[in-house]
Amino acid sequence: MPRKEITSGNWAFAEAMRQINPDVVAAYPITPSTDIIMKFADFVSNGEVDTNFVTVESEHSAITACVTASASGARVMTASSANGVALMHEIFPIAGCFRTPIVFGLVNRSVGAPINIHCDHSDSMGQRDHGWIHLYSEDAQEAYDTAIMSVKLSEHSDILTPVFVCQDGFITSHGFEPVEYLDDDVVKKYVGEREPINSLLDTDNPVTYGSFAMSEYYFEIKRQQIEAHKKTLELYDGIARDFEKVSGRYYPMIDQYRTEDADYVIVVMSSASGAVKDVVDDMRDKGHKVGCLRVRMFRPFPTEAVAAALKGKKAVAVLDRALSIGGTAPLVAEIRSALYNSGEMIPVNSCIYGLGGRDFFPKYAEEIFTDLENGKITPEERYIGLLE
Amino acid sequence: MTDKVNWKEMKDVGKPKKWQDVPMGGITYGCSAENVETGQWRSVRPVWDEEKCISCMLCWVQCPDRSIKTDENGKVSGIDYFYCKGCGICAQVCPKDAIVMRPESDFA
Repeated sequence: MPRKEITSGNWAFAEAMRQINPDVVAAYPITPSTDIIMKFADFVSNGEVDTNFVTVESEHSAITACVTASASGARVMTASSANGVALMHEIFPIAGCFRTPIVFGLVNRSVGAPINIHCDHSDSMGQRDHGWIHLYSEDAQEAYDTAIMSVKLSEHSDILTPVFVCQDGFITSHGFEPVEYLDDDVVKKYVGEREPINSLLDTDNPVTYGSFAMSEYYFEIKRQQIEAHKKTLELYDGIARDFEKVSGRYYPMIDQYRTEDADYVIVVMSSASGAVKDVVDDMRDKGHKVGCLRVRMFRPFPTEAVAAALKGKKAVAVLDRALSIGGTAPLVAEIRSALYNSGEMIPVNSCIYGLGGRDFFPKYAEEIFTDLENGKITPEERYIGLLE
Repeated sequence: MTDKVNWKEMKDVGKPKKWQDVPMGGITYGCSAENVETGQWRSVRPVWDEEKCISCMLCWVQCPDRSIKTDENGKVSGIDYFYCKGCGICAQVCPKDAIVMRPESDFA
């Protein structure tokens, strides 16, 4: 029987790790992802998992150990945040290129400086272009479920791509809420055993990882990674439906909340969508045709699904919890591009919110909807909750 | 494209014609260094003088490319130019000046 507990996003992710029982976890804890690894260390020391738990001297070493373990055929998980993620930067493209499945609990935290431990998406967005799949969870339940589902996604023979399972630092990672856990044997059966190809430990079929690829073939190998992301868009829904069969919970690439007949839509990611959905309900009660589109999968970006969901809307506001200083913020750049490609010339407001853990209040969502309704559309980036 | 590397057949595949033919992630068959003619990189060539050589094996120990050939008695018998990159370590460590480095152009 599935059991319900009041727990945090971090502990829920750690519980998924216990149930998945990965072969190797190499980690170097950092706030706010620390207690994923702390809790998992308990499981290791209590003999509740068979994992080879590698404690290293830095995040760079942690992810390096993860990549090599995965290349050796192991099922691998780890977690990190913020500047820890930034220190891993050099190794992320290598993991992507080597096609090493890894399920990575990324607890979003702003990248310093100024040093700050609270949530924004600058850490994961800084790693958006290196061939990893990015999934953003709205709550602890979703972080738990996504961790389990991502094992299948990452290891699929047509995908073979590492996955970031993102959740909002402190808001989700440390907030306590009810989470329904699957039975241990259900998870064990669902994830099964990894069937590695090109394992470094297969001495009958020796392989070389890290071959030199100059101008003749580098481009082609990158094209292969693009293909894996295209395959992810094709295969994702089947994997999500298979997970629904064991869990009863279905997580599409984009979460469309009352968008179908809406005229005005806020596009947002992760935990802030809770506040937006609440405002949608309140405004719907008053007769406003508003909706919320939550983007769960950021890489590969579900361009066609997003364009279809926004087709015919009168105006859209996109909420980014990360900057591209001097350019266009990551989510709004994708949304505008998706709309342009589909021929939908819908006005878009770009709103930056929540940097460094700045609170996002329901009143902000209401103001953003009201501006859309009143035709207050401007090309300039807007800053929500900024002292100005 | 995500097929297992078939290392036994790799040698016969020839150059890839399209991106799908390139080994996934650049992961190729292993244990292949023996097939690589690093001697092509050489610009100076070690020349061994059998008369001066005392088979002290210093060059054999120091050679980074296993290019000092030995006979059935374990004595130095020459240089393997298939692998030798011409780094010159052997000439440096030789106590008897039995190895001298000469430009490849001398042999053209």
